[in-house]
Amino acid sequence: MSNAPDNSGRRKFLTLTTGVVGAIGAAAVAVPFVKSWSPSEKAKAAGAPVTVDISKIQPGQLIRVEWRGKPVWVVSRTTKILDELGTLDAKLRDPASEEAQQPEYATNALRSLKSEIFVAVGICTHLGCSPTYLPDSFSEQVEGVESGFFCPCHGSKFDMAGRVFQNVPAPLNLVIPPHHYVSESQILIGLDKGDA
Amino acid sequence: MLKKLVLDGIDWVDARIPMTETWNKHLAQYPTPVNFNFWYFFGSLAMLVLVNQILTGIWLTMHYNPSAEGAFASIEYIMRDVPYGWLLRYMHSTGASAFFVVIYLHMFRGLIYGSYQKPRELIWVFGMLIFLVLMAEAFMGYLLPWGQMSFWGAQVIISLFGAIPIIGDDLTLWIRGDYVISGATLNRFFALHVIALPLALVGLVFLHIIALHEVGSNNPDGVEIKRKKGSVPEEEKSKFTFHKQYSEHKDIVDAIPFHPYFTVKDIMGVSFFLICFATVIFFMPEGGGYLLEAPNFEPANGLKTPDHIAPVWYYTPYYAILRAIPDKLLGVIFFGGSIAILFLLPWLDRCSVKSIRYRSWKHKLNITQFTICFIVLGVLGSLPVTPLLTTVAQVASVGYFGFFIALWVYSKNEKTKPLPTRLTH
Amino acid sequence: MKKLMIALVAVFSILPLFSFAAGGNVHLEKANYDLTDKASLQRGAKLFMNYCFACHSTGYQRYQRVATDLDIPEQLMKENLIFTESKIGELMFNSMDKKEAEKWFGSAPPDLTLEARLRGPDWIYTYLHSFYKDESRPFGVNNSVFPDVGMPHVLEELQGISIATFETTTDANGIEHTKVVALTSDESGEMSSDEYDEAVLDLVNFLVYAGEPNKLERQSLGIWVVAFLFVLFFVSYLLKKEYWRDIH
Repeated sequence: MSNAPDNSGRRKFLTLTTGVVGAIGAAAVAVPFVKSWSPSEKAKAAGAPVTVDISKIQPGQLIRVEWRGKPVWVVSRTTKILDELGTLDAKLRDPASEEAQQPEYATNALRSLKSEIFVAVGICTHLGCSPTYLPDSFSEQVEGVESGFFCPCHGSKFDMAGRVFQNVPAPLNLVIPPHHYVSESQILIGLDKGDA
Repeated sequence: MLKKLVLDGIDWVDARIPMTETWNKHLAQYPTPVNFNFWYFFGSLAMLVLVNQILTGIWLTMHYNPSAEGAFASIEYIMRDVPYGWLLRYMHSTGASAFFVVIYLHMFRGLIYGSYQKPRELIWVFGMLIFLVLMAEAFMGYLLPWGQMSFWGAQVIISLFGAIPIIGDDLTLWIRGDYVISGATLNRFFALHVIALPLALVGLVFLHIIALHEVGSNNPDGVEIKRKKGSVPEEEKSKFTFHKQYSEHKDIVDAIPFHPYFTVKDIMGVSFFLICFATVIFFMPEGGGYLLEAPNFEPANGLKTPDHIAPVWYYTPYYAILRAIPDKLLGVIFFGGSIAILFLLPWLDRCSVKSIRYRSWKHKLNITQFTICFIVLGVLGSLPVTPLLTTVAQVASVGYFGFFIALWVYSKNEKTKPLPTRLTH
Repeated sequence: MKKLMIALVAVFSILPLFSFAAGGNVHLEKANYDLTDKASLQRGAKLFMNYCFACHSTGYQRYQRVATDLDIPEQLMKENLIFTESKIGELMFNSMDKKEAEKWFGSAPPDLTLEARLRGPDWIYTYLHSFYKDESRPFGVNNSVFPDVGMPHVLEELQGISIATFETTTDANGIEHTKVVALTSDESGEMSSDEYDEAVLDLVNFLVYAGEPNKLERQSLGIWVVAFLFVLFFVSYLLKKEYWRDIH
């Protein structure tokens, strides 16, 4: 579409060079615009790891803490609950936690670091509601299972390791957040062990 | 293969909207005078700065909090907590001043080469409207950081409306929406700054360019490149192809297509401008207290006026005129008049020769004294008042308005030099 | 083209010549602070948190950022420099109640995050050297840079207290003006005069940092940007020349 008579090789070369340098410049200008959408220091401070004290947790009790604006559950599982978990595999969608919904150290049968203490993000993997903890009336939802989590929005059901039952809308097990034990009685939620 | 695909694609679009047609009409086959000098960089630079302001402005809006309680802290939030927020903010604050640098030089170009004269009066008027909206835009934007200078600057300027007889007090109350500058004022200024005025600005820029392309660009000789059809011998006509809208009824001399010649030239100008612009952004964003004024690092406080309040540099010439006149109402009238009179320039200049190159010594002298007075007023407007400086400001104000009166008088029968038949370059 | 360069360079380079004097007509001493001196910044932060922070917040910056920028380990920051219940990611607010403070000092002590940008480093440096004994004031001290300031001389245990020498002049209108012409320290402080200068300089350095924590990053990025733009300018100049061979 150019209206210029002469189109030498030098001209083509310089046009290309200027075009490339200009494009690099434009890409560099885009960097601050794109990066400014990342979480700010304020958001990061609000989303900083949270310490939970579990020294006073009662057997069967659920503590709710906020991490990055989401509810995180810390549940003390009784021996009875732990025994029950071993019997459910046939009813579950992903009993062995093959989907990457948990850090490596929680990819085990009980989906936890310690068997009694269960930590999970309390957000249903279906559409983001927070399921209700039913410590002793879960059998109304799944026959023969005493405790579990039931999502009031669309009826998804999870066992006491956050594993999803079959024939419910939620596709995946509950997310286990990165966490580790700072001491016997304190859990730091939001950070893997060793990541300062 | 690929080339065919691209060409087919262009055909497909052209059958639906006049893309190639528009490209040719406004760029590739737009006849541009060959003798454009460095003063002709500022039009494209103004466009660049406008784009910069709009983009960085949109991004700042994403993090800014338009409330009296949160505005000041949200600026510091942008400066510290938002990744690269400081850069976006400095690009915007420096861009505001750069806009005025570019616009003033662009206007000065129009002044010396008579680009406002017939048939380009509307281009000038649209340009002046752009200037006016830009001043309002910058004024309202300056309130948003909610610092001491934001607050007291707005206080002073809004109070000017109070000088209007009868309705003055009610009018200032209505503009503020409160008995003092408050969150209500901040919110309406924010809405105007981010939506209403930018829309008006973009619309006016569009009209400015449409009007320009309708009559064609002036040039440093002030001699038209479009001649009566048939008046130019074939060998003297421009060797380039121009769009039929321009060449159908006219013979065109000494013209080259805007693209590629002025696109490459403007890219060079833009690169140079960006070197200066980036230097300020990265090494002197406060501009020695002229681009970001020190008192604005303190949150607005309606009970305590800073020791010395001065408007940002681009308003200081008019502000100096305001202060030079020892009467509130008259001061406001001359303050408004100093801008309003610029609109009348196409009709105050009654000479038919456009460029300063071929006009009388009187005109050269008049433009020189006007430029000096304008700069002197600009410097004075930023300094504290003393009796001596007030006298100087009064003299410079006389020079400012005197320019227009003198122009009207001598331009009627001005002794001009003979115009060249072709452009000189 | 040359004219364009000259004009733009001229416009941008004359701007700073008109800088506002921050402190009015008081003579200010030059504060030769150095933002790259991390040790000085750390000492400044420590002085600030110990002597200033009880009354003056720096509520636009975060502990975390200060720790990172000043190379202070997080644990050390938490133990030695955070005196409130704040978490490390939080903004640096003290626990002073604004209403109470107004009763004690007349007006609430201002936030100092931006003080160095508001008044300038030299002003702060001189101000902290300009307290003198004045029994007529509520705190027994006055300041020659900020007359009748409602603030005690908090660094007195470091500097000691100065005695002012006054000079009274009568102007053309017969009005008497009294001003401080010299300050002599009683040398009762822990620090020698030179040590005190250093301490105040550290404090100023920290406040300059607090005013714009990105300053060094801004300048070092700026060098790359400007260098790149010179390359762009150079190639675009060659391109322009190449095309304009058609015309000339």
